[in-house]
Amino acid sequence: MTPLSGVNDFVIKFANINGSGSASANELFAKAILRMGVPVSPRNIFPSNIQGLPTWYEVRVNEQGWQGRRGGVDILVAMNPQTWDADLKEIEPGGYLFYDRSKPMPSSKFRADVNIIGVPLTELCNASYSDPRQRQLFKNIIYVGALSALLDMDPEALTELIAEQYKGKEKLLAPNLKALKLGHDWVVENLPYPLGLRVQRADNVGNKIFVDGNTAAGLGCVYGGATVCAWYPITPSSSLAEAFQRYCSQYRVDPVTGENRYAIIQAEDELASIGIVIGAGWNGARAFTTTSGPGVSLMGEFIGLAYFAEIPVTILNVQRGGPSTGMPTRTQQADVLACAYASHGDTKHVLLFPEDPHECFLHAAAALDLADRLQTPVFLMSDLDIGMNQRLAEPFAWDDSRRYDRGKVMSAEMLDAGKEFGRYLDVDHDGIPFRTYPGTHPDKGGYFTRGTTKNAYANYSEAGPDYLYNVQRLLRKFETAKALVPQPIVRRAAVPTPYGVIYYGSTSPAMAEAFEALALAGVAVDILRVQAFPFSDAVTDFILEHSQVFVVEQNRDAQLRTLIVTELGVDPGRLLPVLHYDGTPITARFITREISTLTHALAAQPRQDKVA
Amino acid sequence: MTYIAKPKMHHPALQPNAVGFTRRDYEGRISTLCAGCGHDSISAAIIQACWEMNIEPHRVAKLSGIGCSSKTPDYFLGNSHGFNTVHGRMPSVLTGANLANRELLYLGVSGDGDSASIGLGQFAHAMRRGVNMVYVLENNGVYGLTKGQFSATADKGSASKRGVANSDSPVDTASLALLMGATFVGRSFSGDKGQLVPLIKAAIGHCGAAFIDVVSPCVAFNNHSGSTKSYDYVRAHNEAVNRLDVIEGRSEITTDYAAGTTVDLQQHDGTWLRLHKVDEAYDATNKIAAMNYIQEHQARGEVVTGLLYVDTNPEELHANLKTVATPFNQLGEAQLCPGAGALAKLNASLR
Repeated sequence: MTPLSGVNDFVIKFANINGSGSASANELFAKAILRMGVPVSPRNIFPSNIQGLPTWYEVRVNEQGWQGRRGGVDILVAMNPQTWDADLKEIEPGGYLFYDRSKPMPSSKFRADVNIIGVPLTELCNASYSDPRQRQLFKNIIYVGALSALLDMDPEALTELIAEQYKGKEKLLAPNLKALKLGHDWVVENLPYPLGLRVQRADNVGNKIFVDGNTAAGLGCVYGGATVCAWYPITPSSSLAEAFQRYCSQYRVDPVTGENRYAIIQAEDELASIGIVIGAGWNGARAFTTTSGPGVSLMGEFIGLAYFAEIPVTILNVQRGGPSTGMPTRTQQADVLACAYASHGDTKHVLLFPEDPHECFLHAAAALDLADRLQTPVFLMSDLDIGMNQRLAEPFAWDDSRRYDRGKVMSAEMLDAGKEFGRYLDVDHDGIPFRTYPGTHPDKGGYFTRGTTKNAYANYSEAGPDYLYNVQRLLRKFETAKALVPQPIVRRAAVPTPYGVIYYGSTSPAMAEAFEALALAGVAVDILRVQAFPFSDAVTDFILEHSQVFVVEQNRDAQLRTLIVTELGVDPGRLLPVLHYDGTPITARFITREISTLTHALAAQPRQDKVA
Repeated sequence: MTYIAKPKMHHPALQPNAVGFTRRDYEGRISTLCAGCGHDSISAAIIQACWEMNIEPHRVAKLSGIGCSSKTPDYFLGNSHGFNTVHGRMPSVLTGANLANRELLYLGVSGDGDSASIGLGQFAHAMRRGVNMVYVLENNGVYGLTKGQFSATADKGSASKRGVANSDSPVDTASLALLMGATFVGRSFSGDKGQLVPLIKAAIGHCGAAFIDVVSPCVAFNNHSGSTKSYDYVRAHNEAVNRLDVIEGRSEITTDYAAGTTVDLQQHDGTWLRLHKVDEAYDATNKIAAMNYIQEHQARGEVVTGLLYVDTNPEELHANLKTVATPFNQLGEAQLCPGAGALAKLNASLR
């Protein structure tokens, strides 16, 4: 057996027990590698449980900066006997198994093609700590220390991080450093080290930041001027509202009076959440809710009201696996159609697809502007993979000269100056009418808002022509939205190619890596990343430029493809789905394999274009 | 009907109030409800109360759900912004609107189907949160717009127009509001303007969640002999605990009623509530006693009306959330956006 070897390019997976305090130790490990200038992308794979069930933390270390999930495991840190057998199977031949050898294990529990590294973690821990909770917590730090020696990690990176973490809590600092040293020194004294796989200082992190998408989106809502947040706890979106709360207490408290420039309501359910957001939006405050698929289903009726009564609403959907309760702790892009057409009757909504935490920040703020400009619900379509995992991302940026786009709001002065006000009157031929905030003027600009049909002046009407005026204007408004939303991004292959790929959201890092892998394998593809719905004409152009376009998605039913076919009227035969939907994040390996296979099959049997 | 424009002519004798509006300025479109509907009397009482309280009409936001009662905000305060939301969900929309601008008066109008059947959850939670509002429930025990089905406030044993008896227990929204933390709870009868108008005025002056359950007979589907929400039944079983005057803060308080039968309570906005007690033992500031009283009389088939409970020092949502005095919808970038400098520091903390 040849042990795997390499520098700054491996996948290490920690198998832990939920609630054992492993999360912070694992994060410490990942961050220490970052501090060495080597990009990492960690992923939490966790159960719907607080304590006792298996949980994993998978870290991809990659000097080139590929952040998609790679697939396969090179080093397994087996801290959970419950999942030992399954975990063992995942290790690549020549890989490494790191385990606690305090208790003897039968040889049948190991694999001949895997390198075994036993460290007596429990013994070391019990010899040094007497408190049971400390024994449990420090065992995690001890394995980080042991790994640091095995992987040749910079000890300063770790001690520096621990010092930062326990700044002001010196009582905790010393025992943590001690645990780290215990693990490190035991390896140095007892095992050959480093392993074939190791970490070496590099300079590929630059000024990037390490943050998860929910934190970024919460911050984006602060910067974007949201003052009202109404939400109901649901995995994987809850940490978004909590991040908004955290940043509001930091940035939105009046320094003189101590009063808050925000209001957060944890509502009784998703219906109330969206109702509160609609009420606030109607009354001129920027408001958002954060939820996941089941929440969007519950909000359905209200979303239709906001669409038809034309009320700015921002909905941050951190998607998880569906249908029904589905896979609450796994990732998917399975709410595309449910959000694009949410509610009964003819409805269409603006969707934004962030690719990473940087765009979660950017697009959350943009969504608040778009909702006001378009007076309609706007969805930010994040997902668990982006939302709940820390990712290396471009730093957040804000232009201080940027002004919030409050859209078409008629003021008392405009009304007094004699400007005609019709709440649903298309004065600018862009489908967007003016609105007034309640309380603006004593006798002008008041109107009645309703979900029933009305005429251009907001008077109740059941007349067909009034209905048509409104619903056709809404289509014009959606057309206007095309130019306002973030536009698609195209990357061309080095050579002209008949093959195109369309992808979006959290597929992005895996696709970027697959793009290069495919090129190396001699498969040239042009790629287009959709950033928003409604689709701009550039999407149609891209499809027409290629005889075959692969649409890469993380759902079963090729939902974006359906949306493209329906909305752009393109020949469905031109669009081939590439689908990954087992709840794990899509990998470059999967995309590369699928597209290679499909292109080879297509090359062998060229597609017959329909000729008119 | 809505397509008949109401004449704009004002009678020259119409008196403007202290803010310069006549009673006509508080009216809305012509009602499309059935002739004799109790709801129209409630609309008239709201108009009267707002005029008397010198409320600027455009500083009121009227919100409702779905149903006959929820249509009524179109029929009063025609210059106010109104919002006919979705069925049973007015409380959440009102809550959001209130958060966006704390300076307006929020008037929620709902029905028994809207609040006690489909919207019981939102009704209860709005009370729990202490949203500063006047919540009027126009309670007739039936669904009017869908033609006569029972709602959740229909009394057990009461009969529908077709003679079918209701077998489900009723929701007593006044008791529920008390239990959930409403800081002002009243009950009245649409046919008793003398009681209803002051009750609405007192609710307007209340800085907190004010709830009024108004029994309002449905002339089309629930005004027959087997109904417990008919004009005749309510008139025969009405047990008023007090009569109420609302005296604005600046008026001189005089005591020209015999001690023991009159109580003056000052609300947070400075208005005085003068309670002429019909039942001398009744104490409207004692929540537990109020609950007991309502339950005891309900067991006897009596409908207790009047100001049932008032907390003269109520807690309210904005105070609980410690929000700034400036309405959120008037805050701009300078107050809301931490700026590029703060972001640079934040980026540094994420490395």
